[in-house]
Amino acid sequence: MTGVSITRAEVAHLAKLSRLALADDELDHLAEQLDVIIGAVARVQEVAAAGIPPTTHAAELVNVFREDVNVPSLGADAALAQAPAAEQGRFRVPRILAED
Amino acid sequence: MSSAATAAGAAVQVPFDEAVTRYEPVIGIETHVELGTAAKMFCGCPTLFGTEPNSAVCPVCLGLPGSLPVINKAAIEYTITIGLALNCSIASWCRFARKNYFYPDMPKNYQISQYDEPLCTDGWLDVEIGDQVVRVGIERVHLEEDTGKSLHVGGATGRIHGADYSLVDYNRAGIPLVEVVTKPIPGTGALAPVVARAYVTELRDLLRALGVSDVRMEQGSLRCDVNTSIAPGGAAQWGTRTETKNVNSLRSVERAVRSEIERQAGVLDAGGRVVQETRHFHEDTGRTTPGRSKEEAQDYRYFPEPDLVPVAPAPEWVRRIAAGLPELPAARRARLRAEWGLSVLDMTALVNAGALDLVAETVAAGASPEQARNWWLTELSRRANEAGLELGALAVSTEQVARICALVDSGELNNKLARQVLDGVLAGEGSPDEVVAARGLAVVTDSAVLAAAVDDAIAANPDVAAKIRDGKIAAAGALVGAVMRATGGQADAASVRELILARCGADSR
Amino acid sequence: MPAGNELTILTAARTAGLIAAGEVSAVEVAKAHLDRIAVTDVHVRAFLHVAPDSALAAARAVDEQRAAGQPLGPLAGVPLALKDVFTTVDMPTTCGSKILAGWQPPYDATLTGRLRAAGVVILGKSNMDEFAMGSSTENSAFGPSRNPWDLGRVPGGSSGGSAAAVAAYQAPLGIGTDTGGSIRQPAAVCGLVGVKPTYGGSSRYGLVAFASSLDTPGPLARTVLDAALLHEAISGHDPLDSTSLDAPVPRVVAAARNPDVAGLRIGVVTELSGEGYASGVLTRFHEAVELLESLGAKITEVSCPHFDYALPAYYLIAPSECSSNLARFDAMRYGLRVGDDGSASAEEVMSLTREAGFGAEVKRRIMLGTYALSSGYYDAYYGKAQQVRTLIIRDFAAAFEQADVLISPTTPTTAFGIGERADDPMAMYLADLCTIPSNLAGNASMSVPCGLAPQDGLPVGLQIMAPVLADDRLYRVGAAVEAVLDQRRGHPLLTQARGLDSAAGDTGEAGR
Repeated sequence: MTGVSITRAEVAHLAKLSRLALADDELDHLAEQLDVIIGAVARVQEVAAAGIPPTTHAAELVNVFREDVNVPSLGADAALAQAPAAEQGRFRVPRILAED
Repeated sequence: MSSAATAAGAAVQVPFDEAVTRYEPVIGIETHVELGTAAKMFCGCPTLFGTEPNSAVCPVCLGLPGSLPVINKAAIEYTITIGLALNCSIASWCRFARKNYFYPDMPKNYQISQYDEPLCTDGWLDVEIGDQVVRVGIERVHLEEDTGKSLHVGGATGRIHGADYSLVDYNRAGIPLVEVVTKPIPGTGALAPVVARAYVTELRDLLRALGVSDVRMEQGSLRCDVNTSIAPGGAAQWGTRTETKNVNSLRSVERAVRSEIERQAGVLDAGGRVVQETRHFHEDTGRTTPGRSKEEAQDYRYFPEPDLVPVAPAPEWVRRIAAGLPELPAARRARLRAEWGLSVLDMTALVNAGALDLVAETVAAGASPEQARNWWLTELSRRANEAGLELGALAVSTEQVARICALVDSGELNNKLARQVLDGVLAGEGSPDEVVAARGLAVVTDSAVLAAAVDDAIAANPDVAAKIRDGKIAAAGALVGAVMRATGGQADAASVRELILARCGADSR
Repeated sequence: MPAGNELTILTAARTAGLIAAGEVSAVEVAKAHLDRIAVTDVHVRAFLHVAPDSALAAARAVDEQRAAGQPLGPLAGVPLALKDVFTTVDMPTTCGSKILAGWQPPYDATLTGRLRAAGVVILGKSNMDEFAMGSSTENSAFGPSRNPWDLGRVPGGSSGGSAAAVAAYQAPLGIGTDTGGSIRQPAAVCGLVGVKPTYGGSSRYGLVAFASSLDTPGPLARTVLDAALLHEAISGHDPLDSTSLDAPVPRVVAAARNPDVAGLRIGVVTELSGEGYASGVLTRFHEAVELLESLGAKITEVSCPHFDYALPAYYLIAPSECSSNLARFDAMRYGLRVGDDGSASAEEVMSLTREAGFGAEVKRRIMLGTYALSSGYYDAYYGKAQQVRTLIIRDFAAAFEQADVLISPTTPTTAFGIGERADDPMAMYLADLCTIPSNLAGNASMSVPCGLAPQDGLPVGLQIMAPVLADDRLYRVGAAVEAVLDQRRGHPLLTQARGLDSAAGDTGEAGR
C-alpha cells in the first residue's frame, strides 16, 4: 500500500485511548505495522455497499430475556478473592483523576 | 475580553431578574432513574439498597472475563411503561450498544446502554406552573446499566480531588437505569428554574405512580443533570449549553438553573463566550464549578452490543402495558379538582403543601373535601411546622382525621373540642374515639346538665338576665360565655344561647 | 487389555466403550495420558496447566458411577485438553496472557460444566495464542506449542495447544475456539479433525471473549466420529448466553456414522484457491475433490465474489469487538497490577499494566479496533465491514442454493516454521483466508485431513462448509473422506507424525 494510512501521532493517541503506555520504540514499530494493516483492511471501502444493511450477528435472534428473579450472588469473599488490593470489603484502586 | 471574563471561578454574575430581561434561557434535563426490579439489568443479583459492599455481585455484573449479559424482561417492561406514560413512541425493534470508556466504577470499562436506537422516543409531559401549562418534549427514554460506587479516601472533602486512593463497591453496578432526556425547552424566560424543578417533580411523581422506582433523590435512585444555555433576547440561535451534574434535590434543580443563567449572563455581558463543559453543582454555595477539563470531547466509540440480540417488543405486549397504566398524577389532579370544585390556584396550593394525597385519602375515608382541606392546610400544617415535620410524618392517620371530621359533623364535637381531640391523637393517647372517652371531651348534650348550668349562670348574673328580659338579646353572649366556661367548652354554643333566651323568657328572635 | 501407551492411541469412542464395558478403568486411562504428557510435553508444550489431582478425581467418579450401575454418557472417562480460554474453578485461566497469569476464576464456564457432567476427564488447560489472537501459538505469553509432526513448526493457532495435545496423543479430545479459523487451521496443520459448529451452537458463557459475534467453541479430535461425540456433548441452548441458539442440536453423531455422499451437491469455491496457496495443498485438495466425485457427489464450481473481502472485513470486526472486550483488563479487580507505587493514578496503573501484560499482537488489535470504531472512522471501517459481512452471508446463501456443502483447502499452506511469520502480521493473517468467511456468516465448517503434502510430508486439511444449523452435513462428508483415505492408507494418518520420535521414543508405533 502506498501512502500513509495512519500517522505516528494518531497511533500515540490510540494508545492513550486504549490505556496502553507504549515505549517510544514500541510505538514506532507498531505505528509502521498499523499503517500497513490499516492500508490493507481499507479494501473494504472498495465494495459498493449502498443500501446494504450491516450485519451485527449472523443469527437472527430477537427478544432473549431472563425473568426478574434473584439468583445467589458470588459473595463478597469470592468477589474480592482475586483483587489486587482490597480494603473494608471493597476493591482498592489507585487515585482516580477524572471526574465521572 | 475583560479580566472578569477570563478570571477563573469568581466571574461576575448578573442577578437573575436582570439576566432574564436581556437573555432567553433554554433548558434541558436528563434524568436517570434506578428501576425497582428485583434483579439487576443483566443478571440475577438483587437490587437492594444499603447491603454489605460487594455482596450483591456475580461474574456478570462484576464483568469477570467470560461473563455475558442477559436482558431482564421486567426492566424492558418498566421502560416501555415509562415511555407510554410519557406519550412516547415505542420502538418496534431496537438494540443495546456499548459506550466505551475507562473508569474504575465500570467493571467492563464499557457501559451497556442504548445509542441511536432507544426503546422510546418523541413524547411529552405537561407541567403545571400556576395556571400555565408547559409541555415539555421528551426526546428519548432508554435503558442502561448503572455503575458501581467509589469512596474516595484521603482527600479533604471525600471527593476525588486530592484523594489518595479509592474504594469501589460494585453492588450498584448493573442495576437497571432508565434515562429520560427532554427536548430543549425554550421560551420559559424567568420561569426557567421553576419549570425545571416542576418538571423533575412531575416526572418523579409520575414514576412513583407507575410503581417502577422508589425515586428517592437523596438515595440516588433519581438523578438529574440539567443543561442550560442562554442567548440574547431575539437571537436567531440558541447559546452554548453547559451540563450541570451533582444536582441532588428538587431545590438544587431550581438553584442550579438559576445559578447557571446568572453565571452565563455574566460571561456574555463581559464579552466572553460560554464554554461547552460539564459543571458540578455545590449545595453549600448554590454555584457551579467546572468539571476537570478534558482535552477533547469523549469519543465513546458506540457500536451495537454483540453479546445481546435486538429487542422487538410485540405490539400486543405494548398494548397490554398501555392498558394497564394507572391513573397518572396530572389526570388524577384534574379529576380531583373537578370532584372537589377547586380553582387551579387552590389545587396548586394543596399540591405545593404536599397535602394532595393526604386530603384525597381523608376524603376517601369519609370526610368532605372542604373539611379535609381545611384540617390539613390549617391545623395540621401548623402542628407540622411547629414540630419541624413533613405533613405526612405527623402521628395521625388520614382515617383518624376523617373520624374527627365525622364527629364534628354529628355534633359530638365542636371545633374547639375537635382540636383537643387532635392534640390527644398526636400525643399518642389513642384513636379519636378513645381520646374523646378518656378526656371526656364530648359535647354536652344532656339537657338537665345544660339547664342546670344555664340556671346557675342566670342566678349568678341577675343584672344580665334582667337586660335580656328587657329585650337586649345581645347581652346573652356574656351568659353563653359563662355556661361554656362552666362546661369546659363542651357545650354547643348555639344551643346554649337558645336555652338562655328561653329561660329568661325573652324572644330568641 | 490395552495399557500404557496403547491406551493413548485409542479413539475417544473406543476408550469410552472400553470404560463402559469395564475392560479398563477411567483412572487407568487418565494415568496413561498423564504419563504421556509427562514424557512428551517438555517437547510439545501443549499444556499451560496440567491438573492430575482433579483429573484423577473425575476419573474416579466415573469408575464409581460405573460400579454403582449408573448409566455412563458416551464420553465418560475420556481425557480432554481444554483451551485455556474457558473458565474453570479448579484450574487457572490465563488465556495465554501475562495479564491473567494465575487468575483463578470463581465460576466454571457452561461448557466446562457440560464436560464435567458428561464425565469427560479434563487433564488440564492448553496453550493458545494470547486471547485467541493468532494462528500459531507464537503469541502465547508462555511460549509457543510445537507441532508433533515437526517440533520446529507451529501447531497452528489460536487453539494450537489443544491441537498439539491431541496430535501428540496426550488426549484423544481437545476443545478449542474458532473466531477466524482457530480450530480448523490447527486441525489442518496437525492432521486432525477440527470443527467450528454453527455460531451459537455452543455456549460462550465462561469463554473469555475475543470477538463476541465470531467466537465459537468446538471440538478437536483424531477422527470424525470422536469430533461428533464431543460436538454433541458441548452443544445446546444456554440461558446465560443471549446469543446461544435455542434449537435442537444437529444430529452430528448419526451423520458421522452415515457417510454417504452419493448425489450430494458439492461446490468448490472459486475464490478460495490460486495464488498464495502452496502447491502441495492444492494437490491434495484436488485429489479430495476427485475422491468425493468418485463417491457419487456432484461437484460444481461456485463463486462467492465477496469472499475476497472477508479477510479485511474480519480484521476490522474482530479487533473492534476485542478492543472493547479487553478493556476490562485494567488491574482494578483481578489480574496483573503494575506500577501501583502509591502515587500513580488509576489511569497510569491501568496503562502500565496493560502495556506490560499484553503482547504485541493484542496491542495491535486493540488499537486497530479502537481506530475502526472512532468517531469519523466508524462508517468507513467498522460500518463498512459489517456491510461486507452481509454480502458474504448473501454469497453463502446463493452458493447453498446450488450446493449442499462447499469445500476449499482449510489454509493456504502447511505448518510453517516457528519464527517464520512472527513479526509479519499480514503474513500471519493470511493463514485465515479460507476459514474466515464461515466465521463472518456463522455457518458450520470443518477441517478434515486429506493427506500429506508431497513436498514436506506435512498434513493438509480439506475444509467443508455447511449452512447454518446443517452441521450434520459436515460430518457426513468428512466421515466419507476419512473412511476412504484411512482405507487407502491402511493406517491412521497420525501414526505418520514423526516429530516426537527422537524426543519421546515412542510415538505411534503401538498404533499399528
